[in-house]
Order: sequence, then structure tokens, then C-alpha cells
Amino acid sequence: MTVVFYLIATLTLAGGLAAVLLKHLVHCALAVTVAFGGLALLFLSLDAQFAGFAQILVYIGAVAILIVFAILLTRGSELPKDGVFSRTWLVGLAIAAGVFSVLGWAVLESAQSLPQQSAVPAVTVHDIGNALVGRYVLPLEIVALLLTAATIGAVIVALHEKDGAQ
Amino acid sequence: MTPLTGYLLVAALLFAMGLAGALVRRNAILVLIGIELMLNAANLNFIAFWRYGPHPEALTGMMFAIFSIAIAAAEAAVGLGLVIAIYRHAQTTDLDKMNRMKG
Amino acid sequence: MITTMDQIFVLLQHWIVGFLPAFVQPFAAVLLSVVVIICLFPALFALAVWMERKGLGRMQNRLGPNRVGPFGLLQPIADGIKSLTKEDIVPLSADTPVHFLAPLLLVVAAFMGFAVLPMGRNMVLVDMDAGLLFFFAMGASTEVSVFMAGWSSRNKYSLLGAMRAVAQMISYEVVLLLSSVAVVMISGSMSLTKIVEAQNHYTWGMPHWYIFTPWGLAGFVMYAIAATAETNRSPFDLPEGESELVAGYHTEYSGFKFALFFLGEYLAMFSISGLGTTLFLGGWSAPFAFLEWVPSWIWFFSKLMMSIFVFIWMRGTLPRLRQDQLMNFAWKFVLPFTLLNLMVTALWRFMGEGWERWVVCSAILAVVWVVMGRVEMRSEHFGPRSYRYAE
Repeated sequence: MTVVFYLIATLTLAGGLAAVLLKHLVHCALAVTVAFGGLALLFLSLDAQFAGFAQILVYIGAVAILIVFAILLTRGSELPKDGVFSRTWLVGLAIAAGVFSVLGWAVLESAQSLPQQSAVPAVTVHDIGNALVGRYVLPLEIVALLLTAATIGAVIVALHEKDGAQ
Repeated sequence: MTPLTGYLLVAALLFAMGLAGALVRRNAILVLIGIELMLNAANLNFIAFWRYGPHPEALTGMMFAIFSIAIAAAEAAVGLGLVIAIYRHAQTTDLDKMNRMKG
Repeated sequence: MITTMDQIFVLLQHWIVGFLPAFVQPFAAVLLSVVVIICLFPALFALAVWMERKGLGRMQNRLGPNRVGPFGLLQPIADGIKSLTKEDIVPLSADTPVHFLAPLLLVVAAFMGFAVLPMGRNMVLVDMDAGLLFFFAMGASTEVSVFMAGWSSRNKYSLLGAMRAVAQMISYEVVLLLSSVAVVMISGSMSLTKIVEAQNHYTWGMPHWYIFTPWGLAGFVMYAIAATAETNRSPFDLPEGESELVAGYHTEYSGFKFALFFLGEYLAMFSISGLGTTLFLGGWSAPFAFLEWVPSWIWFFSKLMMSIFVFIWMRGTLPRLRQDQLMNFAWKFVLPFTLLNLMVTALWRFMGEGWERWVVCSAILAVVWVVMGRVEMRSEHFGPRSYRYAE
């Protein structure tokens, strides 16, 4: 467990924690952007360069901007008067803590039987391209269809009706 | 603690944080941020198992993660469109106030 | 001798690093290259600032700076001293951490783009397999910093400028990516060194640069339009238009932070021009086979400075586009044309060698260009002119 891993993991977890705890929405959005960046660095440290750069391009370059635009369009910059945590926050926290304890127990219990290969996989972009149009061509086409449907759907859902919304 | 266990614990912690964010906060957009964190944690899991698993040249984990990134982006777009439409209707994004279907 | 001149920087790096113990040599080599990049490109930035002010001045029928040093050559130094000594005013209600971090993030993301550009034969900082993807990932990171700058200033003009800039950058980023994908299709790799090497061949003295092919020319034009819009340069500079928005998203920045924004914008221009020369203009390869004795890095940097001159030329010549005109242009003209270019590139590859593919591809692209231009221009319905006279 190298120092680099601890540093990047701390950055990512700090970003995630800040994203769910901070009061101001735009700060939360920026913190989750930091978390995305930390995750991209974790992917790079796992020798998954394509996934890491795609993560930066898609999540930081598009999803973070989307979140920020939505915050600004829904006047999220003003702080609500009732506080930022919902009435049932204790139950939510308990559920999340329960989920983490189960997952953590599962990981630590099965630590000996997990695969341990440490040779760096020699994966080039060429191989990824071949896989995408060879073995995974059906998921590729379905994802293309899904993205088209999502684009059209998002535009229609958020469209301003001309006669005014009731 | 092996490297793989380290990555899996980070992913589990991130997932729990995302889940807490989605369950605890009032604002609808923060629920979406929590969902994005959960999806990212799952991606990290996939890539970690791809890297330390038996057949990394089959690219299964990497492909799953790439498709998951694309689908998460599409879902974020639709979700945020929905949030904007709800805001236009109810003039608020506070989830505690959207209880018209309750009891 | 010729090879020595060509590889002089590589040889210098090996010689300097040879003084250090063996286990630290790889780090020292990379560190040395990084230091050289960090010193070289701001120096080029100073030169570009001078070129811009003199060039714009001449195009606008005036002299430009000529007081500080011969021909105003020391003007960038005077600008630098001025920006370092100006008071750094931060608005009271501004979000201080975000306000501070925005220009830093911009400059860091802009510098990272230089890591994958091949500036000469064997002169890449990091030869990545997915180099092009890394470059675009760094370009995407600059949008976040623009938004951070605009939002943290708590100023309506800044926010408006930032929103416009981000919308424009996102729209044209798609175009940038798609026009580069055509190059990746033909050269078969996302690694920028391989793309340059694929263009480094000569037929009857003419180089195999992609700009000399029909799809390459169309792709280059689309790339140039998208690059101008990505870096918020004229004619797409509404987000920082002085007459509309004070200074857009960097209104509330003064002193060194403003200089950092300025630096970040020019560095983004340099790296996008560098990528454009690598993808379409052959990178470090010479225009004709008999000119190969000139060192490769001279070719790269001259092509880079030519692109910067074209940017300055466009700024001095073309009027500014309105925001809705700009977005219409992106989504209704440039993006469909770029998608068609992708298909024409596939057709080019599919048809194999010969003169037929030149004729077919050029014909398709030219006809669609003219037809789409006419269709776009036809939708302007001008009513009869009406006059109002002063009474």
C-alpha cells in the first residue's frame, strides 16, 4: 500500500465527505468534482488509463457542469431556512453505516481468497477498440440508443411550455 | 492488507457516503450527487477487480466501467432535467415538502 | 551534424542527467523536461502578447506599443511588472477559497496539455497510448475553473459571462473531439507521436499531412473554428467582450490573478494550436522532402506561431458573434458537418488508394458545405426597411 494510494484515497474520501456535509450547494458540487478527480487518479494508479481519462472527460467535464447548471437554474444558491438535513436524517445515517459495515466485513473476511495478480495488464487503446466493436458491439449500440433517448428525454422533460406551467 | 482490499474498502466507504448523502439531505440535487458517488464507487470496484483478477486481457471490468460511465452521464442528465421540471412546478427542490402522495 | 541539431535538446537532457546517480535519473529527466516546458511556454506567451498588440495595432491602422524597448519588444515585461505590483482586490462577499483556486486550476489544466505534444523528433514529455484522450480531458477541466471564477465573484456580470463561456465551451468541445476522431480513424492510434509519424512521408515531394486531403481540410477548418471558440477568442469572445460584459468571468480579478487568467488563456491557445498542428499539419515534419535538414522542433514551433498569428488575424478582422448565433452555428452547422466529415473519412479509408476517392470525397464535402451554408442563410427574413427621422 503505497503512500500515493493513501494520498489519493484521502483526497477522494475528503471530497465525498464534503459533498454530503457542506451547507452551500455549489460547494458540494465542487467537492464532488474533487472526488471525481481523485477517482480518476485511482483509476490511473490501477493502470486503467482509458477509464481514468474517460472519467475526467465525462464526469468532470460534463456531469459536474450539469450539476452546477441545475443548481443555478433551481436557485440552489440560497440556503433553506429549515436546515439542510432532512427530518429523518438519523435513519438515513444508520442505514448507510449498516451498509458500510456489511460491505467492509465482507471485504475483510474474504481477504485471503481474493485474486492477487500483480502483473501489469498490457492493454492498449487498440485492444479496447477491438473489444468494443467485436465482443461488445451489442452493448455499444444499446448505449448509443440509450444516450439518444436520454438526450431527447431530458430536453423534453425540461422544456419550457409556452402556455406556462400550472 | 493487500492493494485490492485497500481499493475495495475505499469503494465501500465512498458508496456508504453516497448513500448517506442521498438519504440524509433535503435538496433533490444532492440526492443526485449521492447517486453519482455510488455509481463511481461501483466503477472503482470493477476496475480494481479487473486489475487484480485472473484475466485482465479480456477487458471485462474495464468495459463495464466505461459503459457505466456513459450510462451514469445519461442518467444524470435525465435526473437533473426532472429536478428542473419539478422545480418549475413546485417552486422548491426541498424533498421534505413533496409529500402530497403521503397517507 | 543535421541529426545532432535535430536531437540537440534530447542530447543535452541526457548529458545533464548523466551527472546524477542512476536511480534518480528517470525522475531528473522528466523534471528537467517539465522545467523547460514551464519556462518556454510563458516566454512564448510574452512573445505572443507582443505579437498580438503590435499585430492588432497594425490591422487597426495604428502603431501598437513602441515606447518600451525597440519596437515595443519589452512591453510584455512592463506588463508583467505592472500586474505583479497591482493591488489584489477580492470582493468582500466573494467566496474566497473558490475565488483563489479558479485561476490556479485554469493554469494547471492548461499546462498539463503540453505533456503529450510531440515538439520534435523524440521530444515528447510523456508518450501515452491514449495521448489525445488525455489532452481533451485536460481541456475539459478548464471549463470547471471558468465556472468557479464566474460564480465565486458574486457578481451578475461575472456569472453571466461564466455561464455563456461554459455553454460555448461545452458545445464546441464536441466538435473538437469529433474532428480529431477522423484523424484517429485514419492513423489508427490515439498516440500523438504515431499520428505525426503517419504524416511524415512524402509523395512526389508533397507531404502526407492530413490537411492536404479533403476530409483533413474539412476537419481542420472545423477544428480551427472549435479551437477559437474553446479558447474564447474572437469572433467567439462574447464571454469576455469588453463592451458587453465588463470583462466577463474575470471582472473581479485584479493584479496577478488576472495575469494568471491571461496566461491560462494564451496557454490554452498554444496547446490547442499545438494539437492542431500535430493532428492536421504534420507536427514536426517538414513541408517538403528536401527541407528535412532543418531541425524538427523549428518546424513545430514555426507552425505553432503561424497558428497564433492566424488567431490574432481573426481577432483583428472578424466581428463578434452574438451568443445565440454562436450556439446556432455550433449545433446546426458545425456539428452536422463534422459528423458528415467522419463518414467521408470512413469512405476515404474504405475506397482504397487511387484518384477516385479524392474526387468523390471532395465532391461530397464541397456540395454539402455550399448547400448547408445556403440553407442557414436562407432563414433570415428581413422586412422592408423603416426609417425614423429626427423631428
